[in-house]
Parts: sequence; structure tokens; C-alpha cells
Amino acid sequence: MTTPSLVLELKQVCKHFPGVKALQNVDLRLFAGEVHALLGENGAGKSTLIKVMTGALAKSSGDIYFNGQQCHFASPAAAQRAGISTVYQEVNLLPNLSVAQNLFLGHEPRRFGLIQHKKMQQQAQQLLLRFKLNIDVTAPLAQYSVAVQQLIAIARGVAMSAKVLVLDEPTASLDSSEVQMLFDVMRQLREQGVAIVFITHFLEQVYQISDRITVLRNGSKVGEYLTADLPRSQLIEAMLGKELQQLTQQQAATAVAKQAEPLLVLQQISVKGSLSDISLTVAKGQAVGLAGLLGSGRTEVCRAVYGVDVLSGGEIQFGGKTLTLQQPADAIKAGIALCPEERKTEGIIGPLSIRENIMLALQARRGWWRYLPVKQQQQLAAFYIDKLQIATPDADKPIEQLSGGNQQKVILARWLAINPQLLILDEPTRGIDIGAHAEIVLLIKSLCQQGMSLLVTSSELEELVAFAGKVVVLRDRQKVTELSGDNMTAQHIMQAIAEG
Amino acid sequence: MKQTQPCADTLQQARLARYSPGSTKASARYLWPLAALILLLAVNLLLDASFFQLSFQDGRLYGSLIDILNRSAPVALLAIGMSLVIATGGIDLSVGAVMAIAGSICANLLLQADLPLALVIAAGLATGIAAGLINGTLVSYLKIQPIVATLLLMVAGRGVAQLINQGQIVTFLRPDFAWLGSGSWLGLPLPVWLVIAMFGLSQLLLRRTALGLFIEAVGCNATASRYLGINDKAIKLFVYAFAGFCAALAGMISAADIQGSDANNAGLWLELDAILAVVIGGAALSGGRFSLLLSVIGVLIIQSLSTTIIVSGLPAKFNLLIKALVVLLVLLLQSDKFRRQLSSVLPKWRKGGQA
Repeated sequence: MTTPSLVLELKQVCKHFPGVKALQNVDLRLFAGEVHALLGENGAGKSTLIKVMTGALAKSSGDIYFNGQQCHFASPAAAQRAGISTVYQEVNLLPNLSVAQNLFLGHEPRRFGLIQHKKMQQQAQQLLLRFKLNIDVTAPLAQYSVAVQQLIAIARGVAMSAKVLVLDEPTASLDSSEVQMLFDVMRQLREQGVAIVFITHFLEQVYQISDRITVLRNGSKVGEYLTADLPRSQLIEAMLGKELQQLTQQQAATAVAKQAEPLLVLQQISVKGSLSDISLTVAKGQAVGLAGLLGSGRTEVCRAVYGVDVLSGGEIQFGGKTLTLQQPADAIKAGIALCPEERKTEGIIGPLSIRENIMLALQARRGWWRYLPVKQQQQLAAFYIDKLQIATPDADKPIEQLSGGNQQKVILARWLAINPQLLILDEPTRGIDIGAHAEIVLLIKSLCQQGMSLLVTSSELEELVAFAGKVVVLRDRQKVTELSGDNMTAQHIMQAIAEG
Repeated sequence: MKQTQPCADTLQQARLARYSPGSTKASARYLWPLAALILLLAVNLLLDASFFQLSFQDGRLYGSLIDILNRSAPVALLAIGMSLVIATGGIDLSVGAVMAIAGSICANLLLQADLPLALVIAAGLATGIAAGLINGTLVSYLKIQPIVATLLLMVAGRGVAQLINQGQIVTFLRPDFAWLGSGSWLGLPLPVWLVIAMFGLSQLLLRRTALGLFIEAVGCNATASRYLGINDKAIKLFVYAFAGFCAALAGMISAADIQGSDANNAGLWLELDAILAVVIGGAALSGGRFSLLLSVIGVLIIQSLSTTIIVSGLPAKFNLLIKALVVLLVLLLQSDKFRRQLSSVLPKWRKGGQA
């Protein structure tokens, strides 16, 4: 193997925000033709490092060398011109434009200053074929699933003939076959000599694709390793420090399923266009997992039980009574709460403070005229910030400034404050680092022990197995099977998803 | 797509700087609108030394300041309603026309000699609420974009008022109703008291209950608000009805002031002044946090400006242009980005000028 050449090097980079040292003396070396995994917990400084590297944030000190020359990117556009492309975690495209327009936005093929639509569409088609995506490039982006949109966002990054490609959590919303598709493309790019930065929370994927690993913790670099030389246990230790590791091991213990009277009974519920004839039962104090691929109907079940989508057939029974749900408020009144999958658009109310985000559900249930006194709001917020260990300097910080894991904790706190009988968690750990991940899993378990019933969807099967008493497998908007006891293993769930 | 990232960040920061509660910057959002108002008043003092003089005659105060307050009253009422509508991410273009309808209803009822005053006022206010409910239904239940939905009533409303008045200017002789527009109490004109009362009651209604917070939550993220149990449609319906109520009150003040209803001119273009006032007060048209006090300060800025232009003796043809320029300046001063750039151009600013 020839020694790879250094493309981009960050030396002793620091970034200070008022009151916070987000990055302290961090080094990062990117080599041509390598996939470099950048790992760390939420708040470790991964995103900040990427933003400094791509010019979205100005560094406080330190040097950046690109192809051996010291350089300074004043804006992401400058970095992009130099050949550093970034694909962010949340799809950053324009849903109302066509796929082709999105791919070539800002650098459309032109003749005499006019856009050549035909040529653009052809090029778009060719580009997407490299991803084995054969779709109508003239259709608006919004028509396609999140997974396809994510691939298109990555294709856009590739289209700009990048020397360095930064992928921030590209696989968070992809199912396993789509992940493999993405990895094929990444390998292809690697052979072409592109340096790829890969940020992810999935450690298996790190070992599948990456050549080199840099671990950050609390804004500092823990170390740079060759993937082949670093066993997984040492990687986790580097990411978490010693004390948290035990937490993740506890997570593996299986929860004991209690047999109790049913709380939620779904009888052949259907929703026009998204669900058909689903039946399932959640007992009191039981955690039921919903497994399935993206689009299998797992989110749609949550939405139907929560009154977001109105049933076209079947019946929902809750605590022995039949529920007619027109809107989420009806479900909340009955004692059902939901942590939605789309945290940013359906969960948090970004500009409002943590305190307000925690108290709003309670307030909504009390009604607008009985305002919760500010002092009680502060006590409530302080209680949950302490109990769920939400990392924030104060309760009046806008929630949008928190990391994903902490936002999720705030939303959990919001529901704990009204103590629902059934808590629905739609992908509660999506895009959350291992530390917060373990904490949330532990929290879910303790809720279960306190007698709260849970309905949980997750694409991480190991996680479902860890706390669910029963797993319901969905495929193509229908229920395939139900697994419990010894049958309930990640292996079996996988098979059920694949074969039915 | 990547270019939009820093831009969105800057917008975000600007919004947070103005609206993060509990931070030191929470008071900073009052700084620039207040500074602009004080500056305008100071310019008036330079132009006319007697500007701040008040005299007391026949049981009421007279003077330029009182004039500004009195003339601001209708737009201030509109702006209180508009603040809530804008906080939900909407806009209400119809309030000027609603003023005209309420005025015409009252004027025609007043021609019936035996109707008690309370009934006439109640009818006027009910008209405003009904108009607001129409807007609110179109926006929240039929999902028509606010600017289009209220444009309908903006156009149709004035037509309705003309029909009620049968194309005439309807005048009435009822001193009790006229008192609403030209009377005074404890030395201040009655319209000023009406604004103070409306402001106080609204503040109680919005901030001593959770209603204000719900409105802000719906404005920031309607979907998430619905998911946590807030009835977002009812909230939107309420804000338009509230704006209609405020508009009706403003319409009655203007009708009482001229003792007649002029369907063509009552409240004409005042919706734009109200929107401008809310924006000068620092609110984002995309919705979110609101402050009634800042909106009222915005109204006072606009009204002081009009007075200044008149006092300065400039020909009337300059009025609109100067107004636009000053408003632009106020908006620029509120922009963090502009202030940063200004302070890098003028090094002296760095020491004293930065808030």
C-alpha cells in the first residue's frame, strides 16, 4: 500500500463560544482515498469541527492546510469552490423544485447564459444511476421518501466534483439496503481519490467502511486510529470514557415482560393510503416494539393511535373504552402521548425556552385560562433538567440551541410532566449519540417498571430487543408477525422483516 | 443549498438576540425602537421649541404630544390586534376595511333615535368580531393563505360598507357617541384612554393566562403545537377575531371623530401602518414572539414622524418618501448585522454605540 497523500489538515484548531470552549486544540488529517470516521458523543464537537473546516464558522485559533498550503475559508461557498462539499444530517434541499434542479442548483449547465434543461436532466439521470436510483428527475423532490432525498443530497455533494466530501450522519434515515447502496458509492469515490469524512452513530458502519478514525470528546481530540487496529471495545472506551461504558452494558439486560390486562387494543385499524388491518395489543406496564423498514407503516401506526391520521376502518380501544380520535388533543385527553420521529418539525418549538417546551403539554391540558405560575414552571423545568440530566446552563435557553439528545430529553420531560398511561416513542434514539442513547434507553426501562405502557419504534433492533416485552413486525403497511420471549432476537426480527 | 446555511444561522441569531427571554439581550430589543422614538421627539424639539409644551384648558390637556397620542389611537388599536395575527405567522389586510364597516353600521344605527348607545357599540364590536371570524375560518379551517384570505375582505369589506351607507357619507348627531372620538377624561382624550384600556386588558388576557404563550407556540411551530395538544386552529381563529374586534373599536373612534361614516376613506391604508408598526417593533413576519408594547412604540414612531414632517415645514409632497426612509433606518438599526458592519466602518462606535 502506498502512503496516502494528505489533502486537508487541521492543526490545533480552537473554537470558543461565549462561555463554552467547543473545540480545544483539535487536529484532523484527511488523506486522499480514505474514509475517515469522525466519532464522538453529541456535544463532543463534531459538528463544530465540520463547520470550522467548511467555513460556516470562523475558528478562534489554529491553522488549516489544504493540499499543503495554509488557507482560510471565509464561507461555505469558498470551501465548496476549493472542493470541500458537505452533506448535512437534515436534508437541506428545496422540496418544491425538481430532483434535477436540486442536483444542479447554482451550477446548472448553461448555453448563452440560459439553462439547458434537457442536458441537466440527462446529467441528473446519469448521476443518480451511479447510486442505482432510477427515478423521474423532473418530479418535485417532495414526492420522494426521506431516504431518497438523502441520497440525492449526497449525489449533489458528489456532483460538485469534490476533493473532500463531508457526510454528516448520512445513514440516520436510511434502511440497510440503502446504506449498502451509499457505501458502494463511497467506495467508488474512495477509489477515485476523494477524502471522505463520515460522521455516524452506528459503530458497525464505521467498521464496515472507514479506514481511519478520529475520536472527539468534550471538544478535544482523544486520538486518531487506523480502523483495523482499533477493537470496538477500545473505540467505545475512547468515545465515552470508562464510567459510561457500564451503562451501555446494563442496556443489554433484557426487561422482564409482565403479563397484565390490556391497555391499548387495535382491532384491524386501517388508514386510507398508509395502513391496512393492523391489530395489536399493549398491556399495562408493557413495552411493545414496532419493527420494520422505513415506510413499513411503523410511524403510521403511531400517528393513527395518536389521532394525527384519522382511521378509515377498525377500532382503537383504550382502557376498555372505544376511542374516536380527531386530533392529538383527543389522544392526550385519553392519556396517550407521542414523541414524534421528526423532532425538529413535529417535536420541539425551536425559539421557545426549555422551560416553556417542558410545560406546554401540561398547560395545554390545564387549558389556556389556568396559567401555570412562572415559579412552578421553573420548578418543573429544574426538576426535569436535573432528573434527565439535560445539559444546559439554564432553563431559559431556546431549545433549538441544544443538541439532539438533549432536545429529545426535553420532549420526554414534557410528557413525563403529564404522566400519560401510554407513551408512544417514534424512533426515540434517532441521531442521538451513545451516551444520551444509553440514558434514554435506561429511562424507557424505568418508565416501564413504574407501570407506564410504551409503544416504541426503532430501526435499531438490538435496542428494541433490549427493552421491549414484545416486538410487532410490520412490512408493506401490514403486520407480519409478533415475536416475544426467546423468539425475540435481532436475528429473528431481521428474518421476519425480510421474509414475513 | 450550502450557501443558505450561514444565512439561516444569521437570521436565527438575529431572532434569538431580540427574543431570547431571560438573557441580557431581552431588554436590548426595546433599545432601538425606544431610541428611535426619543430621537424623533428630540428632532421635533429642535424644529419647534414649544413642542413639549402642554396647556390645560376646559378640563383637558393640549399640546403636540397629546396630538400624537390622540392621532395614534386608531392605528395603535389595529397594531395590538395585528401583533397577535403576525405572531401566528399570519397577516390581516382587512382591518382598514373592517374599520369602515363598523363605522357604517354604527352610523346607520345612530340614525334610529331611540337606540341606546350601548347597543350601537355592541353592534359595532360584534361586526368586527364577525369579520374576524370570517378571516379566521378561511385561514385556519380552509387553509387559505392569510394574505389572500384577508385580501378578500379588504376589497369586499369596503364594498359592504358602501352598500350599508348606500353610497353616501352618513352623518349623525349624537353627542354621546361623538364623545368616543372627541371627548376627554381626566385631562386625556378618550381615544387615548381606549387604547390604554385595550392595551391593559389585552396584556392581562394574554400574559396572565397561557393564551399569549399558545399564540407564540403556534407561530413558532404549528405542527408541534398541535402534537402537544394545543388547538392551533382555534388559536388562529381567535387572533383574527381579536384583530377584528380591535379594528371595529378603531373604526368607531374614527367615525365618532368626524361624526359620520365615510365608507371610501375610513381606515384607508391603515392596515399597512399597523403592519409597519408591528415590524418596527421588531416582530418577524414568520411568526413567533410578540410584544404589544413594542408594537405600540412602533405606532408612536410612525405618528411622531408624520408630525415631524409637518412641523418641519417641508412641502407635503416629501411626506411619504421621508417616512419610508426613516422607517428603513429604524429597521436597519435593529439589524445586528447592519450594526456590526456599521461599527466596523466607524471605529468610535465600538466603544460607545454597541448595545
